[in-house]
Amino acid sequence: MKNLLFATMMLIAGFVSAQSKYEAGMGKAFEQMKAVKTAEDMTATAAFFERIADTEQDKWLPFYYAAYCNYLSGWMNPNADKDAVGEKAKALVVKAEVLEKNNAELYILRQMIAVQQLTVDPMSRFQTFGAQANEALEKAKQADPNNPRIYLVDGQYKMNVPDAFGGGKEVGKKLFTKSLELFKTFKPASEMHPSWGVDQAEKLLAQCQ
Amino acid sequence: MKYLVILLSSLLLVLASKAQTKISGTVRDMKSHIIAGASIQIKGSYDGGVSDSTSHFNFKSFEKGIQTIVISNIGYKAVEQIIELKGEPIEINFALKEEVSELKAVVVTAGSFEAGDKKRAATVLNTLDVLTTGGANADITSVLKTLPGAQQVGDQEGLFVRGGAGYEAKQFIDGTLVNNPYYSSVPDIAQRGRFSPNLFKGTVFSTGGYSALYGQALSSAVILESIDLPDQSQVNASISTVFLGVGLQELAKKKKSSWGFNYGYTNVWPYFQIVKQGVDYFRIPEFHTADANFRIKTKSGGIIKYYTTFSHNQLGLRRPDIDSLILKDAFGLTNYNWYNNLSWRENLGNGWKMNLGLSYSTDHNDIHQNIQNQQNQNIMTGISYIDAKNFTLENKNDLSQIKLVFDKRISGISVIRFGSEYMYAYNKNIYNGLNTLLKDNFLASFAEADLYITNALALKTGVRLEQSSLLNKVNIAPRLSLAYKLGNAAQMSMAYGDFYQKPENTQLLYTTNLGYTKATHYIVNYMKVTTLQTFRVEAFYKKYNDLVKTFPMYNNNGTGDAKGIELFWRDKKTIKGMDYWISYSYLDTKRDYLNYPQILQPNFAANHTASFVLKKFYTKLNTGFNFTYTYATGRPYYDIRYNASALKYAIADQGKTIDYHNLGFSMNWLTNVFKSYAVVVASVTNVLGSNQVFGYNYSNNGQHKEAITPVAPRFFFLGVFLSWGVDRRQDAINNNL
Repeated sequence: MKNLLFATMMLIAGFVSAQSKYEAGMGKAFEQMKAVKTAEDMTATAAFFERIADTEQDKWLPFYYAAYCNYLSGWMNPNADKDAVGEKAKALVVKAEVLEKNNAELYILRQMIAVQQLTVDPMSRFQTFGAQANEALEKAKQADPNNPRIYLVDGQYKMNVPDAFGGGKEVGKKLFTKSLELFKTFKPASEMHPSWGVDQAEKLLAQCQ
Repeated sequence: MKYLVILLSSLLLVLASKAQTKISGTVRDMKSHIIAGASIQIKGSYDGGVSDSTSHFNFKSFEKGIQTIVISNIGYKAVEQIIELKGEPIEINFALKEEVSELKAVVVTAGSFEAGDKKRAATVLNTLDVLTTGGANADITSVLKTLPGAQQVGDQEGLFVRGGAGYEAKQFIDGTLVNNPYYSSVPDIAQRGRFSPNLFKGTVFSTGGYSALYGQALSSAVILESIDLPDQSQVNASISTVFLGVGLQELAKKKKSSWGFNYGYTNVWPYFQIVKQGVDYFRIPEFHTADANFRIKTKSGGIIKYYTTFSHNQLGLRRPDIDSLILKDAFGLTNYNWYNNLSWRENLGNGWKMNLGLSYSTDHNDIHQNIQNQQNQNIMTGISYIDAKNFTLENKNDLSQIKLVFDKRISGISVIRFGSEYMYAYNKNIYNGLNTLLKDNFLASFAEADLYITNALALKTGVRLEQSSLLNKVNIAPRLSLAYKLGNAAQMSMAYGDFYQKPENTQLLYTTNLGYTKATHYIVNYMKVTTLQTFRVEAFYKKYNDLVKTFPMYNNNGTGDAKGIELFWRDKKTIKGMDYWISYSYLDTKRDYLNYPQILQPNFAANHTASFVLKKFYTKLNTGFNFTYTYATGRPYYDIRYNASALKYAIADQGKTIDYHNLGFSMNWLTNVFKSYAVVVASVTNVLGSNQVFGYNYSNNGQHKEAITPVAPRFFFLGVFLSWGVDRRQDAINNNL
């Protein structure tokens, strides 16, 4: 009896410490992300999330953030090889998708990565990467039609597409308005789950006015 | 209990934070090159770092005791090392070994221009490039002519590559040979290709040294890969100054299959009313074309594709006869062509892939030429060399083909490939009532290996064995190319190969007692490619053997060679939104074939050819402006005639044509018409109206010569292409808003 109690205690203690280690680690990574100033800082943050992901092995969120930070580093450094960044980010999304099936956030991230690679040579990549981006968002909508980031990233892409191809500021405006409306009621599943985008949607909506 | 847990866990935390170990070092590759961005991690912990641009890393860890440190980077084999953390700083230098990967490996590129949607750096041209090249009027061959290696021949169709005649370049769709890639020949007027650039996702223009999978082409292989499933269902319509078209593509709901068809009608009558032509068309060129396709994705990631196209066209034109001031030559042509291609690409598992190609085409020509008087009546003059110009020719060309290729991935990304093809060619001619028939059972087998020794060194080696029943001869053609990477984006390639081709049917009609014609290619190439810029320089030597001579009797005693150097530069980077490329070819070639009395520079070869292609898209105007300027030095021309007293052919007259200049322009404006995506295209060839001479025709007595020129100095085009995407996605977005 005594032994059993001790064993249970150890188990709980172990669990709590593992849990807090993960939470503490993620917390530290989020702080590091907030403090990012350069593209190199962002890559370092991405690597930190990736280390957490590799160690935990059963959590999709660190993979998600590792991919997201890699994606952001691609924008922060204007000379970044966006294809290399894209491949890296995609590989991380694939790992996340193994752990978390059919999550809109991951499809949204796929769209973002496709659009980033499209910008390398829009005229000739429009057909392939544009289609990838649309396909990813379609899946995101099926998974969670009320996710405000769907309309945010779609708008961000479409506002830069020529009017003749179904884009433009008018289209962007509608999408950002819709996104902001959904942000009002959107609740992330936990503090760690993605919740970014309100400021961005507001800023972009202003640009479309 | 609760307190105990908190106590315990805080104890653990306290213990953990007690001592830190500083770990630092460097990460390089086996050649001591810096690797930046490599990840260094203590296994099972979050502690770690990233190597910086000077290869250094450093971090602190709270872990203690024996630990495993893991160093990894994309494209390299991960390394693990055991270390002991005791609080004293540790310094370790790591060397990572490169993994052979498709992304980083060198690509064998000697002789070939890979174009298409593959993200591969070798990409040079894609479908959009074909559609937006000024003055090319969306003809694949016209665009390929702006690349180095091709001649500016405007009086006959085909690609004249590196001293080769037009028939030495062959086109392949999804692996199988296309028998009649161009509309039927008309004397002195080049015809367009039959296939729309929209059908293809990838084009490889190989100007020599190509793979053992392809044969029966001495000079060049244009390898076209058809598109897989379309992105969305759509309806198309087009209207222009010369044609009307409608089409439909339907993508199944689950996106596993699609089907579609197109119909087009071309009639140049209205155009000829406005723009006068240099020849008198008594039958206005008129074309009906219809095509259909289906594509099905298979369960294991393969795809089955079928494409068929049928066309019917006719024309008749009259030109003054060169031997008389009053007579005219009236040429008439009717053509039917039906082409079918079925391909099946399948993953067989275990690294095996299969490519099956089946094709069948039939081509019928009904051609006649009559000598006519001023009243356009057929007449006989009683003068034998004039009356001999009257002829009727009916011909039927069928080609049935099956090609099966297996592909097996061996270690790393190295691949072996082997297979066979069988072709049955049926060629029937009725010339002035005289029947001739040629049938050929042609069999070829080939094997090839792509070996990646390291990321920096790749080797492609193959052999091809061919047998034609008509010639009753076998040939063995070895091929070898290798590529070596010099730096991040630069590489050198070399290629060698033997290439065989059957003599042309027009020659085999006289005798089948001929052998294969042969060319041997040697190519060296240097290339530097980044995402938005391409630079390449290539030098080649090509030796021709066993070319067909027609005098004193048909034999294989012809020879020749070609050597040259070619440059290509494409840049999409320097000026935003502007894309341009420059190509230059130097060619030195001579050959002795057909009735040539000696070794000569052939009349289709210019010494210097250069193209400058410029495209600029203005986003604000939704309009693109495209210019193509082409220059070639003059080409030689000869009057080779039989000298009855000496019993041989001799050059009675020769000269060089004037230099060739051509400025082509097109603009495309993207807009919306009737809720469709619309592209309005306007284009004109030879904007400056430069005088273009492709050669000379001689009168029977050799006293009089006439320049071969385009039938009109310019070709103007104005068209609107509309497409309605019946894509529910767009509606879904709008309904949601």
